[in-house]
Amino acid sequence: MQNLQMELLHLLQEDCRLPLEKLAVMTGASVEAVAEVIDDMEKRGVILRYSPVINWDKTDRERVEAMVEVRVTPQRDQGFDAIAERIYRFDEVKSVYLMSGAYDLLLLVEAHTLKELAFFVSAKLSTLETVTGTATHFVLKRYKSDGVVFEGKNDDKRLVVTA
Amino acid sequence: MSFDPYEHMNPDIVAVPKSGIRKFFDVAATMPGAISLGVGEPDFVTPYHIRNAAINSLLDGETAYTSNWGLLSLREEIARYLQDRYRLSYDPAKEILVTVGASEGIDLSLRALISPGDEVLIPEPSYVSYAPGVIFAGGKPVPVPTSEQNSFVLTPEAIESAITPRSRVVIMPYPNNPTGAVIGREMLQRLRGVFVKHDLVVISDEIYSELTYSEQGHVSLATLPEMRERTIVLNGFSKSFAMTGWRIGYLCAPAAFADVMCKIHQYTILCAPRQAQVAAVEALRQGREDGYADVLRMRESYDQRRRLMVKSFRDMGLSCFEPLGAFYVFPGIQKTGLPSEEFCQRLLREKKVVTVPGTAFGASGEGHIRCSYATSLAKLSEALDRMAAFVNGLLA
Repeated sequence: MQNLQMELLHLLQEDCRLPLEKLAVMTGASVEAVAEVIDDMEKRGVILRYSPVINWDKTDRERVEAMVEVRVTPQRDQGFDAIAERIYRFDEVKSVYLMSGAYDLLLLVEAHTLKELAFFVSAKLSTLETVTGTATHFVLKRYKSDGVVFEGKNDDKRLVVTA
Repeated sequence: MSFDPYEHMNPDIVAVPKSGIRKFFDVAATMPGAISLGVGEPDFVTPYHIRNAAINSLLDGETAYTSNWGLLSLREEIARYLQDRYRLSYDPAKEILVTVGASEGIDLSLRALISPGDEVLIPEPSYVSYAPGVIFAGGKPVPVPTSEQNSFVLTPEAIESAITPRSRVVIMPYPNNPTGAVIGREMLQRLRGVFVKHDLVVISDEIYSELTYSEQGHVSLATLPEMRERTIVLNGFSKSFAMTGWRIGYLCAPAAFADVMCKIHQYTILCAPRQAQVAAVEALRQGREDGYADVLRMRESYDQRRRLMVKSFRDMGLSCFEPLGAFYVFPGIQKTGLPSEEFCQRLLREKKVVTVPGTAFGASGEGHIRCSYATSLAKLSEALDRMAAFVNGLLA
């Protein structure tokens, strides 16, 4: 069961559009067993969402991203969780990580324009009561994300037929 | 009188036919949109940490020859690996020779073992190089047909009926290319009796040993009683670590055999390329630390595609032996009424899918085609759809 779970996760991470029937054939399990395991993983929040990896740079959409380091004052009884929640509720914030080291939270923030992003940091983020400082680093180019290489050749270098 | 080069060459060697695979290559290579199931190597690129080790060794100026036997550190890693994985014990100082792919191991062992006219028993269908290698070494290849009924495994009866007083050597090509057959301990036990009784030396080509999908896993012939002394084990990094183009393999044999083979190697090759040896050390060292994660990851992926292939061919109404090794399926196409060669040519012309006729691997491959599943899942699915349409048309 544990093996089937991991195997299904690997397969779905590569291509979450694989039909149940094919997943069953490929793992050697029954369609019912595969459906049950996936269902269970969805319920337990192991699988949160099925979404494509998008290279927005190839679309017309205007978009700016920044990594923002945030220093905060942790609150009694709640530590960093409450302030993290105050921050991640903003739509502009795509990811939030609690970090060890020189700062506390690392955010990936996204906006349509530079101005909009700057406004978000200065007007909304910095003004939160427990935030004591921020440092904003704009993303210039995304090479690889979630294990997917965004720009790079991946052609088959093998001969067409070999013994 | 004009100069005829052929009069100046060894007629036995000139007469060896070129591989039947070649003509498919020439057609397919120029056909846009063709999907190839004809590739006999992994679709993975060598894991990056292995490539990186070779890059670093170049930056460090490691460009000199190594010992004829190969880097001692590599031989030590190989010895440990074989012990861990297959319970094989070989002395890295005297019994392991690093070769230019397992291919060199085939050549070295045949040249060391064969005297003119000696017969070498070769189960077929099997890899295309064995029979030519025997001829190059001055011997006589004797094909021993295997069949789907016997799971493409050599049987004691089949080999007994092919043995003559000139029989000296037998090649054991398991897990098998092109059939995907593996051989279990029980059958090896039975064959062992024949090998010992007729005093045969065995070349056990175990290059696909990491790619087995049965519970028993790979069993090396040399682990059976009385077999180590008369077996040369060939293996390498091409299939297990996706390192085909590096040309790096090894052979293991009792010291007397290894010593003589090293002599041929020393005078002809000198040593395997250093960078490939350094990369191979990294492959095994890291593998020892992370439980061979590279190998397991690739094997899991092959196994998934293997199941898909077998199911798809059976759904097409073709007979399909379940391969438990390598990355090939060998479905039977007798039902279509077409001979293998014609089937493959028409499939290529009409549906742009490259496969290899079973006959390229010996006469007993007739009625079958070899399909490699070392191809991305997306391409594989597309190729299977095209083949289903093709077979449907033939059976209609």
